[in-house]
Amino acid sequence: MNFGELLEIPPFSLNKEQKNELLTRRLKELTHLHQSNCPEYRKILDSLNFDIDSVTSYAELPFLPVRMFKELSLKSIPQEEIVKTMTSSGTTGQTPSKIYLNRATSSNQQKALVKIVNEFTGSSRMPMIILDCPSVIKNRAMFSARGAGILGFSVFGAEKIYAFNDDMELNVEGLKDFLTKYQGQKIFLFGFTYMIWEYFYKKILVLKNENVTFDLSDGVLIHGGGWKKLIGEAVSAQEFHQRLTDACGLQHIHDYYGMVEQTGCIYMECEYGHLHTSIFSDVIIRRTKDFSLCGAEESGIIEVVSSIPESYPGHCLLTEDIGQILGEDDCPCGRKGKYFKVEGRLKDAEIRGCSDTFDIRKSRWSI
Amino acid sequence: MTNYEKYLNVFTKMFSVTEEEAVQLEYQGIPDWDSVGHMELVAAIEETFDIMMDTDDIIDFNSFEKGKELLSKNYTIEF
Repeated sequence: MNFGELLEIPPFSLNKEQKNELLTRRLKELTHLHQSNCPEYRKILDSLNFDIDSVTSYAELPFLPVRMFKELSLKSIPQEEIVKTMTSSGTTGQTPSKIYLNRATSSNQQKALVKIVNEFTGSSRMPMIILDCPSVIKNRAMFSARGAGILGFSVFGAEKIYAFNDDMELNVEGLKDFLTKYQGQKIFLFGFTYMIWEYFYKKILVLKNENVTFDLSDGVLIHGGGWKKLIGEAVSAQEFHQRLTDACGLQHIHDYYGMVEQTGCIYMECEYGHLHTSIFSDVIIRRTKDFSLCGAEESGIIEVVSSIPESYPGHCLLTEDIGQILGEDDCPCGRKGKYFKVEGRLKDAEIRGCSDTFDIRKSRWSI
Repeated sequence: MTNYEKYLNVFTKMFSVTEEEAVQLEYQGIPDWDSVGHMELVAAIEETFDIMMDTDDIIDFNSFEKGKELLSKNYTIEF
């Protein structure tokens, strides 16, 4: 089955059974593809005595710990087919993940992203404020997660302005002019949660005291990148949204969950504050002690599956995040599919515990 | 200048290629036409023809030929 077939289906239109059938078919094919083309992946499956014919649902497919992409160069294509390499932001001292893309995978990432986001913003493009600095996309062949996000979302923008200069200072005059020019139009804003908090929100609070205000009541903000850096500031998602509304009138704010290892398949927050899975991907929650499946509203480790990756074996990944499923096919916003929340990161010891269960060099699982 | 000449011009200028090379170009076929180059190309085409392309057309636009087809089909630009 071709990824193009999935793109023909509205992303939040399938119920549980339909989605399970479709994703199982596609993900089994991807498993087979990577087994044939990625020697390290094949070794892993061999060591598990994995039998693809016995798989009846994608939850039974083997998953790789996400940090394996930090330790190994995993790819299922020859070197000359790589058009882009993406890296995770990775905090200091950590090796970043490296994700290798060919033309097909790179283009399918962008297409899936557009299909998903259009369900929230509509398909017409808007004047766009990028809440970041221009230098993030300087190295074109080697993208950070930030650069990839900005570029991926740029397709929803018509005229664009970067809110910060390369020293991360707010371009107050430029923004004022931009907002005057597009007054009365819906403005699209995009950025990373921490950047917005640190370099936008805090700055406009200061400016407010100097009677310099921004009216973004016609804006729709999409932000992602996670909350871990904000934990020190003790800001919750609800509070973040409320404070932005108070500071500049922003009403429509959508957080999203996603990772560079599965770019394109993002999980958008709906009007009811729930993160949604589309037909292109899914989340599975697993118990930390034995990786068995959690029930609804039971917290566990988040596994993400994506129907996109053809150039690297990243279609089934165990993240280092904790979350829980809130429901399936019945969110009041009307979108089908699972909806869930992310509750935080696994503690270091637990992460070590999880990645110790799999050691590529020994190439065996110890579940 | 005809619409075709204007369209060709955008490619030759943006990617510093000859006309012969331009007509055969595909997305990701040369280093300059990557995802950054693509958004620049779209901006230049929109300015040249005074149009605003849909997101779906931007992502379908994957070659010189395909771009021409999209412009004539969805934006009534005749070549």
